[in-house]
Amino acid sequence: MTTKKSEESSKEFKRPDGRKPNELRKITAKVGIIPNADGSAMFAFGDTIAIAAVYGPKKMHPQHAQNPERGTLRCNYNMMSFSVTERIRPGPSRRSSEISKITEWALQPVVMIDEFQANVVDVHINVLQANASTRCAGINAAAMALAHAGIPMKSLVQSVSIGKLDKHLVADLIKEEEDWEDGEGATDIPITLTQEGKISHIQLDGKISKKQLNEAIELAKEKSKEIYEAQKKALKEVGEEK
Amino acid sequence: MSQIETSPLTAERIREYFNQGKRFDGRKLDEFREIVIETGISKNAEGSARVKIGKTEVLVGVKMDVSEPYPDSKDKGNLVVSSELLPLSSPRFEAGPPQFESIELARVIDRGIRESKFIELEKLCIKEGEKVWTVFIDIYSINDDGNLLDAAGIGAIASLKSARIPKYDEEAGKTVFGEWTSKNIPLAKDIPISLTVHKVGNSLIVDPNKEEEYISETRITVASHEGIINAIQKGNSKELTIEEFNKVLDLIEKAEREIAKKIEKSLK
Repeated sequence: MTTKKSEESSKEFKRPDGRKPNELRKITAKVGIIPNADGSAMFAFGDTIAIAAVYGPKKMHPQHAQNPERGTLRCNYNMMSFSVTERIRPGPSRRSSEISKITEWALQPVVMIDEFQANVVDVHINVLQANASTRCAGINAAAMALAHAGIPMKSLVQSVSIGKLDKHLVADLIKEEEDWEDGEGATDIPITLTQEGKISHIQLDGKISKKQLNEAIELAKEKSKEIYEAQKKALKEVGEEK
Repeated sequence: MSQIETSPLTAERIREYFNQGKRFDGRKLDEFREIVIETGISKNAEGSARVKIGKTEVLVGVKMDVSEPYPDSKDKGNLVVSSELLPLSSPRFEAGPPQFESIELARVIDRGIRESKFIELEKLCIKEGEKVWTVFIDIYSINDDGNLLDAAGIGAIASLKSARIPKYDEEAGKTVFGEWTSKNIPLAKDIPISLTVHKVGNSLIVDPNKEEEYISETRITVASHEGIINAIQKGNSKELTIEEFNKVLDLIEKAEREIAKKIEKSLK
């Protein structure tokens, strides 16, 4: 990558993999990949591949964790040790606990499991190959797996990472872009939107003005349509197979 | 005060008050409780601070030691933020391995400081690839009456501002604990402050006390300085419309200006 002066950069700005700023990587989505699970799905943004399996509703164990008032959604995000270049120590980390919780929060507004009192719906997400945007791929896969499992839902959700590289907004970051150092560097904004266009999850790391953050959310809104189409197509396909 | 939950009746009344733009303690929805910041509260620490927001209290200490850099930042110092929500501070907290709330708190404060580049970590390199300073920021809750997040964020900034770098014995390659240089930790001029807005029903509020925090449906923590945003964390599941999100950013910008002044004043 070349170091550019910011004046010229708007014309010269090129993403490392040659995509247009608002272009997602190729989406691959498939439903029904784990026969044992009540619902399962794979969602990939290019090289970033996440799989999700849903088990439940089933009785929550241990019993003291049961909620007598409503069902519980429990998500567990995990990166496989070999999913990145330098091996990750297997097992939960502070990062993975946070992303698990974030995923739960992102999905809860659309999952209608109130009447499954004392029960739990488990969503297990594994990243088997990572090139950034893993939490977004995981959330997209989880939404599909929940739908596949027949869990009552208001709608799906769509998650996408919007980035600001130097001054330019881009959709669906790759690792090389997360580590962008030219100009203003990289700002990473994973966003999850419901079908109504409400924000169920947002995080941000980097440096950005209020105005540009707004543009980033609009871009996420635009891109979530493409993700929705891919999710819907995969869910329909599995419906036809049955 | 030892009650963990807000009763449904109280919750109902709080919501009614919020709808009228009022709170039990007479504050406006966008008004903080009194904030008291005191630095230098533990003399063996490189820097330390006690922050009280109303009855909420946290202690934050900065320690430093020389260690190896991370492989992906060979010429930069390290930053490690940890937090303990002590059982002594609330009946909600129990001893044992860190609960999610504590992990998230530390990670949110960490990211606000890291992403804003408030600590000039490149100036904390002693020998590239071999020895760098690690800055540990440790946060302890002393009394939880809501809004530990903002108290911790303010405490982290105040303790960093007040910290001195320990002496370093070059020959032995070790930190001389208990002796300090006259140098402060190299910090950027602009102070990034992490502040949180909560949503309850259709109301957006800042600085909830325990009762109010218990019924919070979602929260957004933003680390920013004068409208430039460095980190955001949305916690909890309730969705926000884009309009509400923009109101949150406006509230934070206003609160940030006020609290920045308070921090500056307390450090004089």
